[in-house]
Amino acid sequence: MDGVKTTELVIFTLLFLFVSVLGFVAGRWRRPKDMEHLDEWGLGGRSFGGWITWFLIGGDLYTAYTFVAVPALVFGAGAIGFFAVPYTIVVYPLVFVVLARLWSVSHVHGFVTPADFVRARHGSPTLALLVAITGIVATMPYIALQLIGIEAVLKAMGVTGELPIIVAFAILAAYTYNSGLRAPALIAFVKDTLIYIVVIVAVVAIPIQLGGFSDIFDAASQKFARSPNPGDGVLLGGPAQLQYATLAFGSALALFLYPHSLTGIFAARSRDTVRRNMAALPAYSFVLGLLALLGYMAIAAGVTPITEDGKVDANTVVPLLFDKQFPDWFAGIAFAAIGIGALVPAAIMSIAAANLWTRNVYKEYLNKDATPKQEARSSKLASLVVKLGALLAILALDPQFSIDLQLFGGVIMLQTLPALAIALYTRWLHAQALIAGWVVGMAVGFVTLYRIPQRTFGADGTITIAREHFGGSAFPLSDLGLSTTTTIYAGILALGANLIVAVVLTLLMRGRVKDGEDSTSPSDYAAESGDPQVKELPELV
Amino acid sequence: MASRPVSEPQEPGTGPVHRGDPTHRDDRSAWHWLLLVPLVVVLIPQLYNKLQPTLFGIPFFYWYQLAVIAVGVGCTLVVYQKTRR
Repeated sequence: MDGVKTTELVIFTLLFLFVSVLGFVAGRWRRPKDMEHLDEWGLGGRSFGGWITWFLIGGDLYTAYTFVAVPALVFGAGAIGFFAVPYTIVVYPLVFVVLARLWSVSHVHGFVTPADFVRARHGSPTLALLVAITGIVATMPYIALQLIGIEAVLKAMGVTGELPIIVAFAILAAYTYNSGLRAPALIAFVKDTLIYIVVIVAVVAIPIQLGGFSDIFDAASQKFARSPNPGDGVLLGGPAQLQYATLAFGSALALFLYPHSLTGIFAARSRDTVRRNMAALPAYSFVLGLLALLGYMAIAAGVTPITEDGKVDANTVVPLLFDKQFPDWFAGIAFAAIGIGALVPAAIMSIAAANLWTRNVYKEYLNKDATPKQEARSSKLASLVVKLGALLAILALDPQFSIDLQLFGGVIMLQTLPALAIALYTRWLHAQALIAGWVVGMAVGFVTLYRIPQRTFGADGTITIAREHFGGSAFPLSDLGLSTTTTIYAGILALGANLIVAVVLTLLMRGRVKDGEDSTSPSDYAAESGDPQVKELPELV
Repeated sequence: MASRPVSEPQEPGTGPVHRGDPTHRDDRSAWHWLLLVPLVVVLIPQLYNKLQPTLFGIPFFYWYQLAVIAVGVGCTLVVYQKTRR
């Protein structure tokens, strides 16, 4: 690297300071009477309307992963990285139908976390505990990913070392602690405005600079033709087609099980707000698709990812592309967009994990008679701990595996689908069978991921086995004795095992083993704001 | 499975339960099947895993999937309008 880029760094820092101040001010925005209450700190008073919810959920789902790790995968492997587009196409119809029901039942019964719902629906504290722990564990690598995004930006500006990430994280932790969900909601406006400006400029200006999309895709084809890896290319190889579809479908199913996705839903003002947003959110999908193509633009522009200690960091390709194609002042704005775009979801994720901890672990097992003030304090501390865990993870992990971290998280998260999403429709599955299914699904997920080696592709196209285990999420079906080269997303395989166990054991247990009591009723699942049984916040507290 | 009665019973009035009674809501709708359209057309890569025809130099594989976003928005909007209360 040719030293620190001063102009970029100054603009990046100024914008970063601006949102930090905004974060502290957010604590006073629509100020509640008592921030010491968990509903206020963790759900922003549950009063967000359409536009704010739109920005909140969008700011939440489109992360540093989206505009650093996905283009990096497209840069390195080609078409398979585009799975992020079908993934977001699939997720909204699913949410539209399924999560509207979760909004309703949660607002009838005052649920703040997915585990609250599981506890009431299945009458099983054990299952609720498993769901809570799953959410907290799966969230941590996802938060770590956001830090990897910031790290990539800092690397592109010539800043190395670990101090900048720690400082940025301290700011995030401080303002989240102070303002709760209000901080990321306000900052989401700034972040999304910045991102849209940067993306529009990038997808218009860069293709023109590079001579049009024909030249861009030609350059990509030539790169993949030279590469010895049979799995890359601007089209999917035959064996990768099932993987592509299962990655998209599995990621979509996992996404809306994450506690942070659900936080945005819980915080919405009405069921109608949730449904209307699902129709409007795909504007982000289009942005995502264009961002993914930045990976090819980086190839055409001749970007070489930063190599540190002999390891190629593909995450740096988009920041380097911006650095190469934009004037310094605009590259600074773009880097700020990516950096802030990583902080917002990190804040929301840590709050969601903290809510889970407090409601379903602390209050359930550690301090049954906790006052609202104690609850809020427990959540704030837990959000710091979760962020600290993610920070330690980033310092210990190899950034090259960033995209796989999210997919590992998905494998874990998917195991709560039967207890959470399916239970929104039917209570047929036995609570004990769901617990057994979760255990088996987790085991299958762990074993399959353990058996997948990591192959890395050097800048000169060489392939090396960098790791024997936990190297990716594409499980070869030949490992199951099938004579095929087809690969499948490990999460789908694990979920399949989970479901089979849950169904078989339900058939065996039904009528023989006592099931937990369901304290919800069918009409709760269609309730709308304003219905007599839907409690407004003052009645909840 | 045994379903429990409404947790907070409201006075339903003298007549039978009528449609739109908020305590006896139901969100089933045949319109929801329309949401399967974007899922099916985008989850079968065999349908679009090819280079031709290109659009503005973008291979079919890519612009097809970007176009399906619009299909997804359209289907979701239609279902939203038709199932709105």
